[in-house]
Amino acid sequence: MDVVEGQLITALILALPFAGALVAPVLVRWFGHNAAWLLALLPLAAFVHFLGFLGPVAAGETVVAGYPWIPSLGVDFSWLIDGLSLTFALLITGIGTLIVLYSGGYLKGHPHQGRFLSFMLMFMGSMLGLVVADSFLTLFVFWELTSITSFLLIGFDHRREASRRAALQALVVTGLGGLALLAGLLVIRAATGAGAMSELLAAPDLLRDSPLYLAAFLLVLGGAFTKSAQFPFHFWLPNAMEAPTPVSAYLHSATMVKAGVYLVMRLNPAMGDTALWETVLPVFGGTTLIVGTLLAVRQTDLKLMLAYTTVASLGLLVMLTGFGNKLAVAAAVLYLVAHSLFKGGLFMVAGLVDHESGTRDITRLGGLMRAMPITFAAAVLGAVSMGGLPPLFGFLAKEEMYAALGFADGWSTLFTIVAVVGNALMFAVGFAVALKPFLGEKVETPKHAHEGPALMWLGPLTLGLVALAAALWSQTSHRFVTDPMTSAVYGEPATVTISLIPHVGMALYLSIGTVALGILAYLALARGRAAMAATLAAIGWGPDRGFDQAVGGTVRLSYAVTRVVQSGRLDYYMLATFAVFALALLVPMLAFGDLPTQPRFPVIAFYEWTIILIAAFGLWAVLRARNRLTAIVSLGIQGLALAVLFMLLGAPDLSFTQFMVETLSVVILALVMTRLRLSPADHRPTPEKLTGMAVAGVCGLALTLILLRVTQIPFDGELSAFFAEHARVIAHGRNIVNVIIVDYRALDTLGEIAVVMVAGLAILALVRIRPRRRRDAAAQTEG
Amino acid sequence: MRTVIFRTVAPYLTSLMLLFSVFVLLRGHNEPGGGFIGGLIAASALAIYGIACGVAPVRRAVYFHPMAISGFGLLMAALSGVFSIFFQVPLLTGLWAKVSFLGVELDLSTVLFFDIGVYLVVVGSITSIALALEERERA
Repeated sequence: MDVVEGQLITALILALPFAGALVAPVLVRWFGHNAAWLLALLPLAAFVHFLGFLGPVAAGETVVAGYPWIPSLGVDFSWLIDGLSLTFALLITGIGTLIVLYSGGYLKGHPHQGRFLSFMLMFMGSMLGLVVADSFLTLFVFWELTSITSFLLIGFDHRREASRRAALQALVVTGLGGLALLAGLLVIRAATGAGAMSELLAAPDLLRDSPLYLAAFLLVLGGAFTKSAQFPFHFWLPNAMEAPTPVSAYLHSATMVKAGVYLVMRLNPAMGDTALWETVLPVFGGTTLIVGTLLAVRQTDLKLMLAYTTVASLGLLVMLTGFGNKLAVAAAVLYLVAHSLFKGGLFMVAGLVDHESGTRDITRLGGLMRAMPITFAAAVLGAVSMGGLPPLFGFLAKEEMYAALGFADGWSTLFTIVAVVGNALMFAVGFAVALKPFLGEKVETPKHAHEGPALMWLGPLTLGLVALAAALWSQTSHRFVTDPMTSAVYGEPATVTISLIPHVGMALYLSIGTVALGILAYLALARGRAAMAATLAAIGWGPDRGFDQAVGGTVRLSYAVTRVVQSGRLDYYMLATFAVFALALLVPMLAFGDLPTQPRFPVIAFYEWTIILIAAFGLWAVLRARNRLTAIVSLGIQGLALAVLFMLLGAPDLSFTQFMVETLSVVILALVMTRLRLSPADHRPTPEKLTGMAVAGVCGLALTLILLRVTQIPFDGELSAFFAEHARVIAHGRNIVNVIIVDYRALDTLGEIAVVMVAGLAILALVRIRPRRRRDAAAQTEG
Repeated sequence: MRTVIFRTVAPYLTSLMLLFSVFVLLRGHNEPGGGFIGGLIAASALAIYGIACGVAPVRRAVYFHPMAISGFGLLMAALSGVFSIFFQVPLLTGLWAKVSFLGVELDLSTVLFFDIGVYLVVVGSITSIALALEERERA
């Protein structure tokens, strides 16, 4: 891989949030909540670094760089910076800076604020890595890291059961999606040979024409749809609102949930432009849009209202990305940027209102405008952008969207209607969140509300003003953000021209219609809420309940399986183990007709015969033994005879080990026998004895056959020769067996001794458990 | 099993076996032997001592909990592998040094420490199992 200028700096910038996560708890201990000012410098530094890419990327450059990671598998740790990933990186670091500050104010005085900031920075690092990742493995690792850090953040308040459930649910849903993504990426690699996004995008038609396209499509969408909360996987996102508000604002509106959208956009040039892509994406996206907005109407909690509109917005983004024409892609890009700005801001406003008044219930809030003027200003900026009104960035997104959809045919007419209805409902919910708590009569709230600290209003206000500036100087924002990103998503150079000055045409009429419909919905919101509540109560089932049922069902199933498989009788376990062992050896040999030929009878010296006789005597003694202890000791006779045989045949190491293992097994078996308090003799009924005998016989037969077969395969002496030749020279040892164990294959040995130790621990624990249970049982019989 | 003869002989037998186990361990690189076999010999020595004289004297003699010995062995083996990082060679590469000790030239290596680690893991794990089982015999 070529060395690219600034490669090391970018690598360090990617590691910066993780470094911050390490020091965050210490800084909070020293400086209290003011540590946020210091920690915010890290994402700010990353933001400034990525700003430096704006010029080259706007000029059409793409930066691909990285380091070898697992060279033997051709895997690199590499990143790809083009219009798409740059916009995401700027959003993540920019909003991240504001969120760190906001967290400083929101969790001021919280005993675990340091831990919170640490998780937050870890997430930021993961998300940043995800969007700039080039190689598939880098992408997957960061993708999973965002799931894990999101789990930690949702479950931050781990003493509450609802938090724990929400965290687990999010992890299960997005984690399963992550596995699907991994499989999808492997399929893509198998289909095209590409191991990185840049390689895939360089030959985009390869994947589309591959017979594996369908598999890759389904698996990748499994990852994208779960992460971006598309219907019917949307349920985890509203539940994730159990997290503290900075998390909701950052992860669950501005960044993480957009990872799925990012993936879809990233793969659009390679996977898009097929009938499948342009059907499935709009249909699922459109459904998510409508379901999300309808569910948002139902809510009274500010955060939940916003959460469901986020679900809806993600649906809209997927729908637009999959729609397939250049204008729709441009609209998706505009809407993605606009949404990150206004939704992040509105969440922070909701958190501020909650923080200052003590409640988030919209029916118990009102008249806060006088007390919180700056918050109100930020809220209005957010709502105006969300409603798609000029002069904010959301307006550009909506105009472009309507220009893209239009009424060309039945298909696009359908989605135009879906978009209008969805936007109108989002307009209503957005203004409800922004206006209801502030206007009207002053309502008594749990806390006496006044303006929040600068740390907290700085974020939403800045985001609102950025959205305003981006719209006012739309040509500049198009040049540096929209155009490069649209080109990257569409796969061909694109120019976006939309500005605040509306053109009289279909898009404008649709906009006006949306606003009119939105105002109507806003006025009828209370009635709509009651109607939705009644409808949902009538349905009575949702994916959230379904999740619980699936989890409960899995637990019940595993109980049932355990009851069948784990009978608790040692002889059944042994029987099953040995029967499987015998079958595993015999069946392949018989199925492939790979049985050994009749071996030549070897010449056996008389002293060897003696040893064999001793072994046979040992076996005879086992069969004749009247009690179990005698049988165990007799079994030892046979084992020791075998050890002598090894010695005679020139394998002293093996013989040594066999001696010791045999001795120790006899000792330990004898000890176990006395511990288990078995009756001294075997009292099983004859049929069971015969079954055991048959299994033992088959096992012996199978092992004999396979050993004969193995020795009949021509011996490849390459390895032995290598070891013999090099053991003395390289490894300074004459005992090849030992050199193999401790040097050539030392890693294996390390693993093996770890297993030995863990097995020892497990046995120790088992041995210790038994007496107490017996005492309990005794107590029960006495009682 | 705990006859007078056995109890009298056991301490000597155990000492001899332990000594032998160290011998087997150290010569392992060039002659038959090594950490695994040495560990097994030492473990059976301790098991015999336990059967003959009871568990408490063994625990006193070993001083550390056998499982702690096992854990230390694993750590030692792992560290001797990681040591190679200072010489910028791959993990677990054997490194050798000639050390003169009391006028005798000795070959010291990370491989030796690795083998001692194996020895300790085997002794510790098996001894702790055997002792736990013997203890219950008495209870």
